[in-house]
Amino acid sequence: MTLSAAFVWLLAPRRARCNESAPVDLDALTGCLSSSACLVTQTTSGLIIGMLLFLVAVGLTLIFGVLKVVNFSHGAFYMFGAYFAMTAYHLTGSFALAMLAGAAGTAILGLIFERVFMSRVYGADVLMQLLVCYAFVLIFDDVVRIIWGPEFKSMGMPAAFQVMPLFIAGGVVPPYYLLLIGVALVAAIVLGIGLSRSRIGKVIRAAAHNPGMVSALGINTGLIYGGVFALGGMLAGLAGALAAPVRSLTPGMGFSVLIESFIVTVIGGMGSIVGALVGALLLGLIRSFGSLGFPLFTEGLMYLFMVIVLVSKPTGLFGKEAA
Amino acid sequence: MTELEAGRAETLAPVRGSAALHRYRDVLIALIAFAVLASLPLFTGSKALLDFVIRCSAYGLFASSLNLLVGYTGLTSFGHGMFFGLGAYSFGLIMQKLGLPIPVAFVATLVITAIIAAVIGAICVRLKEIYFAFVTLAFQMLIHSTILSWASFTGGDQGLRGGIPRPAFFGINLANHVHLYIASCALLILGLLAMRQIAQSPFGYTLRMIRDNAARASFLGIDVWRAKLTVFVLAALFASMGGMVMALFVSGAYPEFAYWTISGEAIFINMLGGVSTFLGPMVGTVLLLLLNDTVTRFTEYHGIVLGVVILFFALGLRKGLLDFVTEWFSHRRDAGEGR
Repeated sequence: MTLSAAFVWLLAPRRARCNESAPVDLDALTGCLSSSACLVTQTTSGLIIGMLLFLVAVGLTLIFGVLKVVNFSHGAFYMFGAYFAMTAYHLTGSFALAMLAGAAGTAILGLIFERVFMSRVYGADVLMQLLVCYAFVLIFDDVVRIIWGPEFKSMGMPAAFQVMPLFIAGGVVPPYYLLLIGVALVAAIVLGIGLSRSRIGKVIRAAAHNPGMVSALGINTGLIYGGVFALGGMLAGLAGALAAPVRSLTPGMGFSVLIESFIVTVIGGMGSIVGALVGALLLGLIRSFGSLGFPLFTEGLMYLFMVIVLVSKPTGLFGKEAA
Repeated sequence: MTELEAGRAETLAPVRGSAALHRYRDVLIALIAFAVLASLPLFTGSKALLDFVIRCSAYGLFASSLNLLVGYTGLTSFGHGMFFGLGAYSFGLIMQKLGLPIPVAFVATLVITAIIAAVIGAICVRLKEIYFAFVTLAFQMLIHSTILSWASFTGGDQGLRGGIPRPAFFGINLANHVHLYIASCALLILGLLAMRQIAQSPFGYTLRMIRDNAARASFLGIDVWRAKLTVFVLAALFASMGGMVMALFVSGAYPEFAYWTISGEAIFINMLGGVSTFLGPMVGTVLLLLLNDTVTRFTEYHGIVLGVVILFFALGLRKGLLDFVTEWFSHRRDAGEGR
């Protein structure tokens, strides 16, 4: 198997690989659990799904925590991040610039989106906010279709990462996966420390708690709201940019990510960063191992898990009681 | 989720003494509406128009039933479409596998829907606001995944193919286009009338009270959980009826009927038409279907056009069309009386 063929095989959706499509295939699952090679491969693939989900979901949960808005158009930022990164990569050939373009572009987009549109519906009914976001999901998908075309696009793996995959305990781990997991972990740590220790983080948490008081103390809450939305958009854009080399790009690609990151935030508890991390990793592992045992019911497993968590603890694993 | 903004504007006037009179008025309006719709095939042979009305019936029943939850009870369900899909699939499967007469299959589907809705509702209605929305969404996707993965029974992602048999009953032959049209109109009018009765009954006013202040309602001795569960099941029944009309119309059932976007569309229809009037969702249905049909004819980028229209409603009018019109009229009347 050539190197690029190996990549294609690794990155192809699981469902395509197990197209024998028995609805339940417990032999495959137990077989994998008893082999360390398969265990490592499935765990890393679960981890990258989880880490990408975490980046999207943490933005969602941050925006909800501070602005009390459920950003239904969050998947569009993930999509734009991927497309910005692809364009920048094809123009400059630099992977670092591509990541930067994905993150910075979506941050600016988030700021504009929040200041011009979302800020108008803060006092309004939740349904009204959802409707504005829904409108932008439709608009953004078509904008991407107009600019980049409706067909599948791919960014291609940067040359720096086209090296032999690592073999850990017999399992195949592409180096790019390690970079992806590392970047997401750094983002999680920076975000966690920044919010709890830095002055800006304290102001943001204060604004989440009591915006009227913060505003009365002479702090521009509009700026904080815009900044948080931009930060959330940037994290989703970064996730999209990181995913661009390993996923195919298509208008509407943000949607399944959006739904999954909703599940993550709901499982982890709305507004909790630790919850988003734990929820995302759990979901990633459910996806990667579930695709072995229940190839056709993988999505169903995620929803089932969400139902079980919510019924036993309605505020999510790390949610506060008075949400 | 806060109370609906539109709901706050509406004052809870007690049912006036002439409740019976109001009921007769509703029945009269329903009869006239049915007569007008039923006589439509006499004036026009346009199949497209009749098809449009049939689609409006299916979606109208579905969207109005969601309004019982969203507008009257304040339960924002994101997964109401599961009952639309459930109705279409149960009805289609019963007709295909068992070959029962249509009225029997109809009732059987309603019974199945009621049982499943009671189980799901018992779990969901305890949850608050945004969590209720997401758990209903999760159940919807669970049903969607089940339909996709249980391919031997439901046809998987291909949907129920091979057509749904439509044997004649009581001299009604639903394979005939005009018969199907009249049956759909009758179901729509009967369904709307029944929902109107529910909304105007003491139970309907209990629901409004739960929406506005659930704690106070429970102090007054109302079993909030039971009332919410009841309306959840009732709404599911009407959504299932809409699904059955759709299944009869397209002579099949597809996984998209149970996908979450159909719930999103229903919410959108409700917002478009307005949730503080009974007929708001019906107006929204007609608007959305018209909009969809015209926009797709003129441009392939209908997402942009639809999005801009939604933005106009959400940011410009800030309420549904029928809400906007009724408020505008009451302002004018107030101004006319020199207030």
